[in-house]
Order: sequence, then structure tokens, then C-alpha cells
Amino acid sequence: MVTKLKQVDAVIVGMGWTGGILAKELAEAGLKVVALERGDMRTAQNDYALPNIRDELRYVVRQELMQNATRDTLTARNNLSQEALPIRRLGSFLPGEGVGGSAIHWSGGTWRWTDMEFKIRSMYEERYGKKFIPADMTIQDWGITYAELEPYYDKFEAIAGVSGKAGNIKGAIQNGGNPFEGPRSRDYPLPPLKSILSSKLFEGAAKDLGYHPFPRPAANASKAYTNPDGSHFGACQYCGYCQRFGCEANAKGGPQMTVIPIAMSKPNFELRTQSWVTKVLKDASGKKATGVLYTNLVTGEEYEQPASIVLLCAFAFNNVHLMLLSGIGKPYDPVSGKGIIGKNYAYDTGVGSTLFFEGKSFNPFISAGGTNTVIDDFYGNWDFDRTGPGFVGGYIVSAGHNTALPIGYRPTPPGTPRWGKEWKAATAKWYQTSMAITTRSGVLPHRHNYYGLDSTYKNAFGQPLMRLTFDYQENELKMGVHGAEIVNRLSQHLNPTHHVKASSAKRSWNVVPYQSTHSTGGTIMGSSPANSAVNKYQQSWDCTNLFILGANVFAHNSAYQPTGLVGALAYWTADAIKNRYIKNPGLLA
Amino acid sequence: MSDEPSNRRSFLKGAIAGSAAAVSGILPGSAQAQSTSTPQNAVSAKQGYQYFNLEEQAFIEAVVNHMIPEDDLSPKGTDIGINIYIDHALANGWGKGERLYNHGPWKKGLPTQGYQLPLTPAELYRVSITKSNIVCTERYGKWFDQISVAQRQEFLVALSSGKVDFKDGPSSKTFFDMLYQNVMEGMFSDPIYGGNQNKAGWRLIGFPGAISLHAQDVEIYLDKKYTAPIFGIADLS
Repeated sequence: MVTKLKQVDAVIVGMGWTGGILAKELAEAGLKVVALERGDMRTAQNDYALPNIRDELRYVVRQELMQNATRDTLTARNNLSQEALPIRRLGSFLPGEGVGGSAIHWSGGTWRWTDMEFKIRSMYEERYGKKFIPADMTIQDWGITYAELEPYYDKFEAIAGVSGKAGNIKGAIQNGGNPFEGPRSRDYPLPPLKSILSSKLFEGAAKDLGYHPFPRPAANASKAYTNPDGSHFGACQYCGYCQRFGCEANAKGGPQMTVIPIAMSKPNFELRTQSWVTKVLKDASGKKATGVLYTNLVTGEEYEQPASIVLLCAFAFNNVHLMLLSGIGKPYDPVSGKGIIGKNYAYDTGVGSTLFFEGKSFNPFISAGGTNTVIDDFYGNWDFDRTGPGFVGGYIVSAGHNTALPIGYRPTPPGTPRWGKEWKAATAKWYQTSMAITTRSGVLPHRHNYYGLDSTYKNAFGQPLMRLTFDYQENELKMGVHGAEIVNRLSQHLNPTHHVKASSAKRSWNVVPYQSTHSTGGTIMGSSPANSAVNKYQQSWDCTNLFILGANVFAHNSAYQPTGLVGALAYWTADAIKNRYIKNPGLLA
Repeated sequence: MSDEPSNRRSFLKGAIAGSAAAVSGILPGSAQAQSTSTPQNAVSAKQGYQYFNLEEQAFIEAVVNHMIPEDDLSPKGTDIGINIYIDHALANGWGKGERLYNHGPWKKGLPTQGYQLPLTPAELYRVSITKSNIVCTERYGKWFDQISVAQRQEFLVALSSGKVDFKDGPSSKTFFDMLYQNVMEGMFSDPIYGGNQNKAGWRLIGFPGAISLHAQDVEIYLDKKYTAPIFGIADLS
């Protein structure tokens, strides 16, 4: 039996960055808001405290802060001809679960995506011609602009405590920053993190070869900080336990120590944890969401939470899953290319080299999530001519250690045995003396990379698992080949004792090793219901009182990490709801 | 290396001073921790098996001592507790299939689709150790724990490259990959899990463990080997 609860103004599904931002903004606007989070309440004081947080086995290997595959996972296959099978143990991507979501365990990388993304098709067609874009590459313009988002990037960076160095303030190029970034209204709220040896070496090589190195912008507070909302950050301790860990010092910006506690201080906001949403409910017309159905995981009882506005703020693929389970919008069909929901899944890829330096001491455990130096000469740099390499997109290149803990990180030169005395001696020698130089590319969407519902496997609630069909394409291979050449040039310039060269080969996506949690697309943003699931306000074309927030609205993926844009879009959508939608509910134009 | 209580006190003080307002109240046990301590080099309490039967105990001890032999750099695998680490991991949640999607139908799948066996890790070890000893008996006339060092090496190399056929059983490489990962976990995880006794794994590479307030160390130890007492979670609790 389903218990129907009292109607509220807004119900939020998921309490990570987007849910937290919307909770605070809408509660402050006076709306009665209920948030439903499938995981637990956790705090730095209680859950990420010393010394227990310093546990690589528990947090990295056993994935304590992540979605539990026993209850819900995805099935995966590389192409339509394969049989999809469940990802029985999460590996390639690791969505967070619990209050704070994936922002508990992120590294803090925060980038501004520019018009090079939002106008991708028109810019490439204009410069390189229509034929340059492969026929199966389903990229499209997003219908939003950098100028519209700039104030919201600025807001998110201030709230999340981003450390960095501006490269472009109001059009004036700044020394030491990224000269290829979009014009910023002002510098980052915090100065860049300190440079470690691996990032310094990379910086020197990049400068020598004529590139433009800069410190990776990251929500790791380079000093104690109070954000504009009055939330306090401790200074980053370069503890070496960043990615996959909660931060005991509250130095890593996240909603659990900023927007969520503020929302929770409002009497018109209520957070219900251990609440698993199974469906978005619609009225008879199918054009209006009426609320959500959820299960209280403590009792197993089902509830209907009616709401005037429904906001899907779960992890990117869980938002898409809910849309498919709820039958809102037309599911994408890769054969005909028709339909929208599930379309344009995209991911990350990259290549890398490992460098071994006899006699150096990198102390890889002294590092932060953002102690990297980066070059953007082959991505944000629109002057970089893609004609020869023949790819859309590109890559950033970076170096620097992050969470180089010993169960997972023990590089040895090629030819070293995997066990025994020789292995021990090599491990002892090279742990301290190696570093990597890597690229990161966004995967561009392809008509056969998409989400659907699985017809065989079910989750703990008896619902079909999400089925992901994904593989790398020719464009990724080309980016890898070009990136490997640049990485190897940079590496050789440093004259290492041993150098495991970067290389790129045609290979299929594998669900096992961790690669990236940057899964994008599925409910993409666009200019009309014919080409997209949401408009530029992340508002569903099908149900105008339904908003679907997060990287699931990205029409393609970038070489930049997604969270800066996820956060900016959340503030942008919050403003649109507060200032316009509430007064005049309906399609925002 | 001596790890005096005073070092731990300074770590705890540093933890509070170093992370300013945000950290207040995170160390409820700190007062108690200052008054008592366990020397890090004390011989660990003898640990017994929770899961492995006698055949499995002999097998795992032979594996960890072959992979991690005693020399100047570290004690041997059983002295580091790697066998006990693996036994306890299998006896507890992870070994029983925690966080594993464990519903059928079961298909072999492709290598890109990852683990597809209908077995928990504990079950995979049980069947695979039995199968390994069957193969060793066929090849060498004895179980793995009774064969020579050269034969052990030959068998483990074959296992690691998938060249051992566990007839009517799981892929031997799937077993080896799990075994190898677990050996490394037993070598390098915090000693609270039973392995890495006396921080032998961390000492091998110079990893400082749970000490990790390095804001000043970035400059102090730039291209200089960081040296400090090594602390595990239990030392700081």
C-alpha cells in the first residue's frame, strides 16, 4: 500500500551538488521543499574524521562511499550486437551515495566550459566544413552561451572554494593562468594550490616546448576560507587522501558543508535520507509531473510525495534511469536515430606515460586533489588546427600526483616481475621516483552510444536495470594518437631514467578498471523538443514542472571535468525558477 | 625506527592546529590517546584463521611466502600477516559478496564485461584452491604447498596468464587476478585488517601511513625523501 503524503511546493531527488544548491535556493525563496536521498546522512565531524578516514582499503578498494551494486547497477555492452550483462562490481565509474553525493569523494576539478562546447557543431562546421564531422557523431549546439553562464560559474566557484589562477579577466590575458579560458569577471576566490615536484617538472617542460602551463583549478581550499554564504573551509593539508575520500578538514568544497546545512536550517525544508525514488508520477495528460513514488529503505514502505515542482538531482545516469522508468519522453532508438531519452551517452578517455627518475624524491603521498599542472594548448585553444589530426575536440595534458596510495599506486619499470625479491626491490626504489604525464579527452557522442532499459536484469525494487551501450570510436583513437605524441615529447624533454611511452590503440571500453565517473548525456539540452530532453534551463520539454539537473543534460563531453558546469547550471536553473517560473509556471523561454 | 608517543601527540596537535576551525571536535578520543599508547614495533597478537580450511591454509601460506619472500627489505608474507588478511577479508562482508550484484542469469560474458561468476569471493577461493591442487597434483604429483620453489613459480606464472585449465571450473585467471590484488592489499592496507604487520609494506616503500598533514611539507620535502615515523589507524585511535 502506498501512503500519500501532503503536497509540497518542490520535491528534490538526490542531495549532491545540484540537489543541495536547489534546496538552499528554493527554501530561501520561501518554497516548501522536501529532498529525498537514497543514502545516509554523513558529516565531516562524524564520518570523515581522523584517523579512520585515512583508510585506502575501506574507501578506495572497497568503495564505501559509492553506490552499492547489490541494490542497483547497470548492464553494459560495447555495441548493439553484444548481450548486455550486469556490472556486478562497480569499477569504471563510481557514483557517490549519501548526502553530498559524488562531491564527497571528488578531487575538486572545476572548469568553465565555453562556447566551444555550447556551439560545437556550428563552430566546427564554420571552420572545418560539414564533412569534417563524422556522420555518426551526434553533436549539436546546446542553445546556451558562455556569457549567460559566466555569473553562475563565478557564483559556484565562490561557494565551492575553488583555488586557481585566472588566465583571462574581462579579456585581458593573465600571466600564469590558462590563456585559453573564457573571459572571467574576476580571479578565482582562492590562490592556486602549491606545486609539487611532478607538477613543477611538467611546468618546466611545457614552458620549454612553448606551451602555456597553469595550475589545475580545484575546489581544494589553498588556505582557510569563508564563502559568501558564511560556510567555513579549513586549509588543504595535502594529505594525499583526496579522490574517493571525504575531507576531514572541510577543505574540499562540497554541498554537505556549504549549501545543504543552510537549507537544513530552514523550517520549510525537510531532508529524508534512506529514501529511494522509484518513479516520477504524471497526471492523466502526461504533461505534468505530480510528484514521486519512493520507498523508505528503513521500513520498506512506499510513499507518494506530491509536489508542484519535481527536480531530478541524482547522479547523472540515475536521473536518466528515472526518466526511462517513468516513461517520460520518448526513449532513444539507436537504429532509427529517433527518440531522445538515453541519447548521447559520453565519457572520458586519455593516454599517459610513466616517467622514472633515478635519484628524485616525489613523495607522492604529499599531494592534493588539485596539485596538478595542466596545459590547454590542444583543447581550449581554438587556434589549434584540427585539420591534420582530423578529430573533433582535443585533450588537456597534466602531471602531478593525486591520491597515490600504495595498494593502487606502485609503478615499476617494464620488465619488472610481479612478485618476489626483484619485485620488492623495484617497488621500494620506484615508488618515490616516478610520475606520470596524462591526457584527458571528452568522448564525443556517437549514435550507438546510449542508455536504455535492460530486458533481463532487475534491481532490488524489481525494476529493470539501466542498460549502457558504449564504445570508443575513431575520433577518440585520433585524439589518443595525437595526445600520445605530445605526451612523449614532453616526457622525453625531462630525460627520465626510464620512460614508458604513451600510446593509443583501438580498444573497447572495459567496465573493470576505474577510468572516470564523468558519464554525461541521456537527457540532453537543446534548442527544441525535436533534438533534446530539456531546454537551457534544464526544464523537461515534456513536463514543464519537471527539471532534470546534472551532467545528464550535457549534449557531449569535454576534456574539462564536468562539475564547474554542473554547478553553474544549477545556480542558473535556481534563478530561473525563483525569479520567473514561480510567478508564471510554464515553459521558460 | 622508533615511534614515540610524543610523535603521536604532535600529530594530534597538528591535526587540530593545522586545519583551523573546520576540524574542531573531530578527535573525540584525542585526550585518551595522549595518555596511552602501544609501541608500533610490538609483536602483533597471534592471529588465527576464520575461513580457510587446512588445505586452503597451506595453499595461501605457500602463495604469500613465495610472492613475498623474506630478505633485507621485508619479512616473509606470513610474518606480514598477508595470509590472515586474506582469510579475514573472505570471512567478512567483502568475501561474502557485499557490494556485488549477485543475481542471475549467469553468462560467461566478454573480458570487457568484468566479473560474471555466480560465486562470492570466498566461494571462488574455495573452488579455485581445490582446482589448483588438482592441477598441481597432475603436473607435479603434489599439492601446491608441497612442490619446489621453481615449480611454484612456474605454476603461478601459468595461473597469472590464464594458462591453467580449471576443468569444469572458473577461469583460473579470474582467480589469480583476485588473489594477486588481495596479496597486495594484505601487504599495503592498514594493519587493522590483519596484514601489513609492523607496517612492513609501508616501510618497504617509505609510505607514512595515516600521518598526512603535509601543508608545510610540500616545500620542506621538495625533492627530498620524506622521513617520519609511520602510523596506522590503531596507533592514532
